[in-house]
This record gives sequence, structure tokens and C-alpha cells, in this order.
Amino acid sequence: MKVNKILETMDYGTAPESSAAALKWIEERGADFGLFINGVFVKPAGRESFATHNPANNELLAKLCQAQTADVDAAVSAARGAQAGWESMGGSARSKYLYAIARLVQKHSRLFAVLETLDNGKPIRESRDIDVPLVARHFYFHAGAAVLMADEMPDYQALGVAAQVIPWNFPLLMLAWKIAPALAMGNTVVLKPAEYTSLTALLFAEICQEAGLPNGVVNILTGNGSVGEQVVIHPDVDKVAFTGSTAVGRHIRQAIAGQGKAITLELGGKSPYIVFDDADIDSAVEGLVDAIWLNQGQVCCAGSRLFVQEGVAEVFHRKLRSRMDKLRIGDPMDKSIDIGAIVDPVQLQSIKRLVDEGLEEGGHRHVAAIDCPSEGSFYPPTFISEVDPACRLMQEEIFGPVLVGSTFRTPAEAVALANNTRYGLAASIWTENINLALDLAPKIVCGVAWINTTNQFDAAAGFGGCRESGFGREGGWEGLYAYVRPSYQSTEALELIEPPQGSSETVEGSIDRTPKLFIAGRQVRPDSGYSTPVYSSTGQQLGLVGQGNRKDIRNAVEAAHAARSWAKSTAHLRAQILYYIAENLSVRREEFAQRITAMTGAATESAKAEVDLSIDRLFIYAAWADKYDGAAHGVPIRGLALAMHEPVGIIGILCSDQAPLLGMVSVLAPAIAMGNTCVIVPSQAYPLAATDLYQVLETSDLPAGVVNIVTAAHSDVVETMAGHMEVDALWYFGADGHSASIERASVTNLKRTWVNNGYSRDWQDTKQGAGKEFLRQATEVKNIWIPYGE
Amino acid sequence: MNLLQRNPGLPLDLDWVLSVQANTSAIERRCKTLPGRRSIKKNHQAAWLLKALTCIDLTTLSGDDTEQRVRRLCRKARMPVRRDLLRALDIASERVHTAAICVYHEMVPAAVAALDGSNIPVAAVSTGFPAGLSPYALRLAEIGESVKAGAAEIDIVISRRHVLTQDWQALYEEMQSFRAACGEAHVKAILATGELGSLRNVARASLICMMAGADFIKTSTGKESVNATLPVSLTMIRQIRDYYERTGYHIGYKPAGGISKAKDSLNYLALIKEELGDRWLQPDLFRFGASSLLGDIERQLEHHLSGHYSANHRHAIG
Repeated sequence: MKVNKILETMDYGTAPESSAAALKWIEERGADFGLFINGVFVKPAGRESFATHNPANNELLAKLCQAQTADVDAAVSAARGAQAGWESMGGSARSKYLYAIARLVQKHSRLFAVLETLDNGKPIRESRDIDVPLVARHFYFHAGAAVLMADEMPDYQALGVAAQVIPWNFPLLMLAWKIAPALAMGNTVVLKPAEYTSLTALLFAEICQEAGLPNGVVNILTGNGSVGEQVVIHPDVDKVAFTGSTAVGRHIRQAIAGQGKAITLELGGKSPYIVFDDADIDSAVEGLVDAIWLNQGQVCCAGSRLFVQEGVAEVFHRKLRSRMDKLRIGDPMDKSIDIGAIVDPVQLQSIKRLVDEGLEEGGHRHVAAIDCPSEGSFYPPTFISEVDPACRLMQEEIFGPVLVGSTFRTPAEAVALANNTRYGLAASIWTENINLALDLAPKIVCGVAWINTTNQFDAAAGFGGCRESGFGREGGWEGLYAYVRPSYQSTEALELIEPPQGSSETVEGSIDRTPKLFIAGRQVRPDSGYSTPVYSSTGQQLGLVGQGNRKDIRNAVEAAHAARSWAKSTAHLRAQILYYIAENLSVRREEFAQRITAMTGAATESAKAEVDLSIDRLFIYAAWADKYDGAAHGVPIRGLALAMHEPVGIIGILCSDQAPLLGMVSVLAPAIAMGNTCVIVPSQAYPLAATDLYQVLETSDLPAGVVNIVTAAHSDVVETMAGHMEVDALWYFGADGHSASIERASVTNLKRTWVNNGYSRDWQDTKQGAGKEFLRQATEVKNIWIPYGE
Repeated sequence: MNLLQRNPGLPLDLDWVLSVQANTSAIERRCKTLPGRRSIKKNHQAAWLLKALTCIDLTTLSGDDTEQRVRRLCRKARMPVRRDLLRALDIASERVHTAAICVYHEMVPAAVAALDGSNIPVAAVSTGFPAGLSPYALRLAEIGESVKAGAAEIDIVISRRHVLTQDWQALYEEMQSFRAACGEAHVKAILATGELGSLRNVARASLICMMAGADFIKTSTGKESVNATLPVSLTMIRQIRDYYERTGYHIGYKPAGGISKAKDSLNYLALIKEELGDRWLQPDLFRFGASSLLGDIERQLEHHLSGHYSANHRHAIG
């Protein structure tokens, strides 16, 4: 177009980034890629190929190798072979490699960016200005983490071999989020990139070579979902990290249940974007461009549910629609494009279907009045207002450039609407009122909250969700613990303790005591109406305990739910109550010791020691209640990323038989210290320590429902607890092998699980029996981003 | 380009003014990412640079200004780009001149004379520019003197203290009286944004000045330590957009001070296009208050045509 003509129209024209270098890179490799195993690219005979396309124009980019079982074995074996050497070289040495990788990512930054855009369809601006810089940043951060590991995480060691399966929406960034922490902590990895978008992972493999990374430390297998499945279920893998859909995450959780693998899942979302009437409305409108139109809305934490306060909704919606009409969609290589191509025609169809079907239930659709290319996989920016929680569009993740919206009246209603979802990943809150913002952020169920901003990421701040958005964090100190295990962890098998048997004779001269269940602060009879005799080690009947069943569990969870305001009580108050429990237990020290002796046959001195240690544990967690501080992460914005420790919610705990009192107190205390409420199933063999303890709890000002105790055979209630969708986490310390079934059943709501996999834990040991490991299990880290500045 | 109806102003609406918010971090994020979102290359870049050039209020505001110096600047305003460059771009040379000349009152007659027959208006900075702290009556009188001397545009400075003390009524009345004193001359309200303390204040002061009848709102005198920035601009033009949406009146925008690079001018134009729309990309609604920007644009135009980086001395100074 001629200059004088442009002077009239003032169009932007096109500013295409050249794809020549990236295409040449592909061509030089024959447009046909192998697998990266043990430091070299291999293409074993007989492997099938599959094609990877540019979604913007459907052109073939390259052929990739479909890995087979033998390749998975080879990759895992290479990773296993390299792991010990990689870990033992030490954090400082590993750091040098991570630093080299960071530098090489920067040196090849444009090649990475262009290749990513070619393969994925995201605008070059995003791959160039967001993805690749964050990738380099991630490796820098973790180069530092490797150095600091020895001093800052002295009780931890690598898990071993990590199987990592990543999605197609941020191919290279998700690779970095997986590989950097794994390597920093001394693990080796087998990574399976998404079928649609493997090219940058293969380029990354080359820079691993360039950086001189020891062979086998990073292995990359391309292929479809079945490769991913084979990698994660491989018996020689110690850790599974997955980012992707909730459906696949659920499948993986089930597939590896009972294998003793550590797991983190970063899954779907339907994150709320809340705008109050005192917000900077124009900025909040602009924020939506970054929230739902970043990466064509194919972002797990996309702000996809808009809630605007009623008084400003009309203005806000009008401004939003006119903003949409200024977006530019088209060739992702054009540097003046806001929205590129949907990753694949399959995903495009999925978006279309969801929107069209969803609209049948109502909603008012605005499609941006802009030119949308007819060739290639493009979907126009869309806003659907008047969508209510009852509508599918408000509940289901669309994973496309489609925003749905509704309104609210009060802050409380905003919270209620925001939390009315199976997901819990992120949230954006827009208000100029700091009181409101900081009140709301903790109330929204999510792992990341952004105040007056959205979609901010940094290696120094953890990212991850709760509910069906998964569990575990990536980034920050909190993310490192996903790749380590405590070095004090026992490797001895846990022995099953059979309850003592005996006759129905009771101890002479004693008045009958009826241990009951303890639910909602009251002693209640079991629903079943059955009781089980408890015998002393010498065979005398010590009492009858209720046989708890699924309905008792249901009632206990109801009570725990009703007591959730415990989370809002002050840490000081929780500490006071823990001290008070300790004090009251101390008063009855002799009695508890005698009971332990009677049940277990333990020597008097050792029984007293168990009571004393239990009192100590209560003191420890009373101490921690107001000292397990969060952090203010050093993220590169003018502002704060506050990493707050929040309670997990309702924790179900199946206790150990090993130390009937100590084993329960050691888990109960950290749980309630951090603000959780719990449903506790005590030792099966020696349940009377628990039923005695509720009397202590009753006299210690503990609010009703914070601790609920259901005596039951673990096998009678474990499935109910693991499957209960109101239970947020389940801890298992029992000896009759329920670890696998718990992990399998936990997929109903993707609750966090902490199971022993049949290994023992020495409750007397100060490390195995107490400490930050317990506190981490009892908390979620929520990162609240608060930019500031006038 | 249609002729616009002049903004008559509105009664002071404090409910509206006080509802205005401006979140600094969010505004900065928008401005930081915009240059990466819009890239203007090749012929488009040349056209956009010409557009920027025609929106310049070519300015000299120095204590050592003389009539001869001003005449030289006016000649540059009439012929800002070498003829051979314009020919190569196939642009009629009479189309290309700066939007105005901006001077102190004493230089107005010289500028008017030098621009005779050019249709280039003379703008006078006024009202005790730059601090705006001379006696109120003198400030009003100064406007009248400049109008009488032939200035078609008056760049007034507001009393920053009214903003800093949140005395919106006083600011409104001051601006109203300045507007009245201007008569037919168009009035640009200089907010001196670098001295207002917050973007929220900038936003509210912008709105007040429009309500009081400003034709243009302008960032700075060029004498503050911080002058025009993209965040300040975004803040002000969003108020212009709201004012237009509520009243139908177009208010002009003039960033001034600190814009000296051709690349910067493209970012400003893109910001205007994105937030206000194409209608504002005309000199009746958009100006750059600048002096050295022109030289960089000339160099970039020559580079566009020749493929070689240019040098200052190849272009006439103003």
C-alpha cells in the first residue's frame, strides 16, 4: 500500500516475523525427528511417525516419532542410570548446567519463539515476550535453587526419576516448569511433550546437548497419549508431574495409584474475574484481554468467568464489547496480532460445540466485530453475558477465547459465585479498596489470586490449584518440595498389629465406660448400633467401641464442614487451645499411660514417655500455629506476591497402630494448628486412647466439629472417606494396605492424599514424627499478587 | 475530516469526577505491552511518521528566544521535510507541515508574521507559564493579550494546588474563566501531570478541565522533571473517551515534553488509535508538544527511502 493512501487509512499493515530460521532448523533435521534418549537423538527401526502442523495455515511442519514401549523403557532406564551421578555431583555443580541452559535459552530465544508460534499458533508477541523470557527465568531461578538446596533443605533428597507429561498450550514454558525444579533437586526426567506441540522440546533437547548436560539426565519422548501413560505408569519412575486436562489427570491418578509415586497435577480451571464498582473500570476491561484472550484463551488459569458488580455492569459490558472490537486476530507470526490460531482443528471443534450447545441454555453472545481468517483454526473473541451458575457455560472449561459473565450484588455474593465451581486454580479481583481486596483473596478457593492484575507468572512464586484443578505447586520454594523426599523417611515395612483377643471378662471392680464416637463436639452412638470389644494385651476386655460406618463418616464430615470457621480463628487462639489440650492431657498423664499399657502391654515407663511425647507434640504445634509464616516472594513486579499458608480444609486421617496416642496426636495437632478441621479414625488395634482423648478435647475449649473421632475398622470407612467430595485431603498411616485404594478413590474430587505406601514411621523420632513435613501437608500455599504504586 | 463542534463544557459533576479511578500498575502494564502488540513497519511506518510530523506543535520556549530564531522555526514548520524525500514518498509537499508553532507571548507577533498564508496556527503558552502562580488578573489578561496578538490557540497552565488540595470547584472555575478569556481561540489545558502526585489526580483533573470547557488537555509544560509518558497519556485519553461517550464532544490530546524519538511517536499514535480511535489521529484532536522529535522523524524517513541510516546534518534545523 502506498504511503499517501496509508496516511488516509492509518492502518497498521502487517509486520510479519520471519519464520525462515525456524523452518531452516526443521529442514536441516530432515523435518523428521527422533526421540531424545540418553543424550542422543534416536529413531529405532519400525517406529511410526506422526505429523505436526502449523495451525495457522494447516501446513505440515515435520514428522515426529511415535515412541513405543521399548523406547519408554530405554528412556526411563537412561534416566535411572544417570540419576545417582546427577544427584551426587551436588547442587553447585547442577546449578552450572541449569545456568548454562538458561543462557542458551536466551541465546536462541528468537528461534524458540518462532518455532513455538509455528507449532502452537500463539501470537509471536506472546512466545517472544512472555513464554521464552519466563522459560529463561525459570532456569535461572532453579539454578539458584540447586545451589541453596544443601543449606536450605538439609533433610531432603531427590525423588529419583520424574515422569513429566505436559500440555500443548505453553509447550516450552510447561517444559521449563517441569524440568528446571526436577533437575535442580537432583532428579532426572523423562518428559513427554504434547502431540500437537513437540518441536520446542526437541530444540530444548539440543540445547541440553549444547550445555553438556550429562547423558540421560533429560530424556524426551514424543508420541500420543499412550506414550504419556506408559511413561507415568512405568514401575521405575518415582515421581509423576502432569499438566493438562482434569479428565486425563484423574486417569493418571488412578493409573498410578498404589505405586508409591509422588505426584503433582496441574489441571483445568474456570477462574473468576471479579470487578467491584470502585475498580478502575478501563483497566479491568483491559485486564480481560490478558485474562481470557491470552493464548486464545487456551490457558488453564484464564479468567473465564466474569463477575461484575451490578451498579457498573452495564458500563463495564459496553466498554468490554468495544474493547473486543479493537482486538486483532490473524496470522500469529504478525507482530501486530492479539489473537492467533487455536492449536488444532479438533480443539476448534470442541470450542464451537461447547459454545453452541451452551447457548441453548441461555446467554447473550457478543462476537468481536473484527475480521477473522476463514482459513486455519481461528475462533473469534467471544463474550457471553447473562450466563448463570446453572448454565454449562458457567461450569465447564471451554479452553478457548470465550468469556462468560454474570453480575453480583455484594462481596459475599461475589465469593459465593466465584467458589461455585469444581475447580480452584486462580482468581482476579479488581477494586481500589485494599480492605476489600485483601479480604476477598483468602476467601476465594484458588491457588493464585491476582489483585488488580491477571495472568502474572514468575519462577519465584508458586503456581497451582486445589479442588479439581489439581494439587502441588510449581515455582517458588513451595514448588521444590514436589521433587524431593525427606531423607529421614523410613524404608522399613510397616508391620500390621493385630488387636489383642480375649474373653468378655471385664477388669474387675471398674464401672462400665462406654466409649462413643465424637462428632460435632458430642459423644454419639454409632449409626450401626454395633460395638466391638477392645481387649487388653492380657486378654481382658477393656471396653466396647462403636463400629463406625459410612454414615458416621458422613456425619463427621458434615460436622467438620460446619466448623470451617476454625480456619478464620486467629493463630493465637489455635495455639492457646493446643496448649490447653496439652495441659489437660498432662493432668491425666497417669491414666493415659495406664491405658496404653493396658492396651499394648507397653512398659509403664515407655507408656508414660508416649504420653509425654504427645504433650510435647501439642506444644510443638501450638508453637507453630502462629509461626508457620508464609512468604513475600521476590517477583519481578513493583508489588508483592504473598505466599500465604492456608488450611487444606477438611482432612480425613486414618491413624497408626504403632503408638495409639502419639500417632494420633502427632497428626491431629498439625492439622488443627493450621486451621483444618478433621475426621479422625483412630488406631484399629488400640482405639481407646482416642476415645479417652475426646474427653480432653471437650474440656479444652476446642470448638465443636474441629476434631471428629469415628472409631471404625479402617477397611469399613476408607473408601467412603477417600471418595467423599467434601473431604479435601486424606492421610493414611494404617498398616492394612489401603494406600492404593485411597489414591484410586481420591479422584472423585481429586483430593490430596498422603499415604504411607506400607512404610513405617517412627512416631517417637523427632523428624519422622513431627515437623514441617506435617505442616506442609496441612496447608495449601496461595500466592496473592498485589501490584502497588500510585 | 469533519469539523467538530466545540466543547461547551458541562456543569461540574463531582459524582462523576470522584468515581474516576486510575490503577497505576494496571495502566503501566497496558503501556508496557502495547509496543509489543503493535508493530508498524515499512510503508506503514513512513506514513505513520508523516502523520506524527503533521501533529507536532513545533515549540520553542526559551528565555533566549528572539524574533529571528522564531522565524527560522516557522520556516521549518512550513517545510519540515526535504522536498526530495516527499517526492520519493509521492506526497504533495503542501500537505506536509507541522500542526502549529508554540511560543511565549512575546514571540506571537513574529510567529504570526512568519506563518502568514500558511494556515499554520500560532499557539501561545499563557497564564504565567510554566508555574501558573502570577496574579490571577494578570493571567487572565495574558490570555487576552496573546489572542489580540494573533494566537489562535492558548496553552494555559492550571493551578496545581487546586488538584493537590482536591479543590475541584476552584479548578473548575479557573478553567472556565480561562476558557472564557480565550474567546474564539482554542484552549489547551496543561495539567503539569508530573506535579499532580498520582494518576488518579491526573484523571480527575482531566475530567474537570473538560467539564470546564477545555478544547484540548495537555500533559506538561516541558519544564517539570517528568513530562509526557505513556501511562499519563493513557490515563488522560481514557477520560477523553468517557467524556466523548457521555457528551458526544471530542476533546483533543497533547502529550508534551520528553517525546524525541520517532519510535516513541509511533507508540503514542498506536495508543491513540487503540483507545480513542482513528478520528483522534488528526491534528485537530492530537498534537505532540515537541522540538527535537521532528529531526528524528526526518532521519527515519530518509532511512526508509534509502535503506541507509541518516545523519542530522542532512536535514535542515529549525
